[in-house]
Amino acid sequence: MAEEVLSRRFESYGEGVPGLDPTDLTGWLIVVEGTDGVGRTTHVDHLRSVLEREGYAVAETGLTRSDLAAEGIKLAKEGNTLGSNAYNLFYATDFADRLERQILPALRAGFVMLTDRYTYSLIARAIVRGADPDWIKSVYSFALKPDAVYYLRIQVPELVPRVIMNGGFDYWESGMDLPMGQDLFDSFVNYQTRVIEELDTLAREYAFETLDATRPVEETAHDLAERVLDLLRKKAHTDEAGSSGG
Amino acid sequence: MSVVPGTYGGNRPDWPGRLFIVEGIDGSGKSTQLTLLSQWLRSEGYPVVFSEWNSSPIVRETTRHGKKKKLLTPLTFSLIHATDFHDRVEREIIPFLKGGAIVLADRYVYTAFARDVARGVDPRWVRSLYRFAVVPTRAFYFRTPLEVALKRILSGRPKLKHYEAGMDLNLHADVQQSYRMFQARILQEYEHIVDEYELTVMDATRAIETQQRLLRKAIKPHLVGLRREFEEEVRRG
Repeated sequence: MAEEVLSRRFESYGEGVPGLDPTDLTGWLIVVEGTDGVGRTTHVDHLRSVLEREGYAVAETGLTRSDLAAEGIKLAKEGNTLGSNAYNLFYATDFADRLERQILPALRAGFVMLTDRYTYSLIARAIVRGADPDWIKSVYSFALKPDAVYYLRIQVPELVPRVIMNGGFDYWESGMDLPMGQDLFDSFVNYQTRVIEELDTLAREYAFETLDATRPVEETAHDLAERVLDLLRKKAHTDEAGSSGG
Repeated sequence: MSVVPGTYGGNRPDWPGRLFIVEGIDGSGKSTQLTLLSQWLRSEGYPVVFSEWNSSPIVRETTRHGKKKKLLTPLTFSLIHATDFHDRVEREIIPFLKGGAIVLADRYVYTAFARDVARGVDPRWVRSLYRFAVVPTRAFYFRTPLEVALKRILSGRPKLKHYEAGMDLNLHADVQQSYRMFQARILQEYEHIVDEYELTVMDATRAIETQQRLLRKAIKPHLVGLRREFEEEVRRG
């Protein structure tokens, strides 16, 4: 019984990673989503320390942290030299490498894998840059369905002061490769408005848990930690109830 | 077999150029045929562009890194090659097709369909990955019996690379044996693809010049209406 519960824990959106046996994945896959500058890194750091205090082993990953493609993506961004579909697939390569070489091993080892953005941000950005939504979703259909996706939601007017305080408007985070406005600010506003729209759409489609990220950081952090701990406890109960019953 | 909706095969834009591609396993002689074809087309005054796999400089570095460190899995092998392919299509193929050139490609999406599926990647997923690749004007498959191709390759080039030999699949501990088994799988996939996408089959066991004559004959009808650089001189000559 317990094994059945566990073996059904993880599935993929589509055919999945070639050769993957999901039955030995016993960890948790927790995703924190949200647009650029919303404060995801702060929240992931805080969440990590809370979970470790509770005795969970935690691993982390985030965009462009792969051994395979991180350097290539960095070079490509510096020169802005790739075609747009190629960019999308370069990010997909980076994600696939992290899925296979960071996320899956951590889940096999029973860790809580905290993921600072998953496929959803990549899908949203690709769609804003003109990719066909069905296509980009099918590209990422090898991804595992996470245990939960926590969406730190903010609107552009609240986002702007945070971004200014944290170093200003980044070229890519302002969609200047497109560009979407006369200057950095205009493009930032238009680009982020579109990204947030797409994330909102994905939030409905993939049933994210949405958190209001316009609140003070401590309040949001507390809310997030409570929700994650609640989820982990519930899952643990399911497993324990299963093993005692079987 | 008909093409599955939502996968590769639907993108046939009305651009003035022509896209001809050659496919086949290693040792099928397809590259030789493409080179001869290009020389003929140039001598006829057509603007010709050559396109090869692994030609995008930035992605090439990543692919090289992945191969050298043996980081690539069937999934990431597929994705990094798709990244390179899309960059190549967006930057090197489409602009020339729009400009009315003849683009010659040594290997195309079908290489990925055959090779990646031979590695265990889902056939539908990989066809969807290449969904927006332009469908060629005509694609030629150089059909070669496995032993003929193996003899050509193994007699001339003894040092086989890790991924080239399919060593990542643990088919066999011996590199040459692994290569044979991997090529056999690829060959099998190609045979499905030939029907699925109606590739023109060329008998690659025939004399090189015979194959070339047949190739030029097959290409000729597709050249009607293409602009040449020095049409007048050719006519006078």
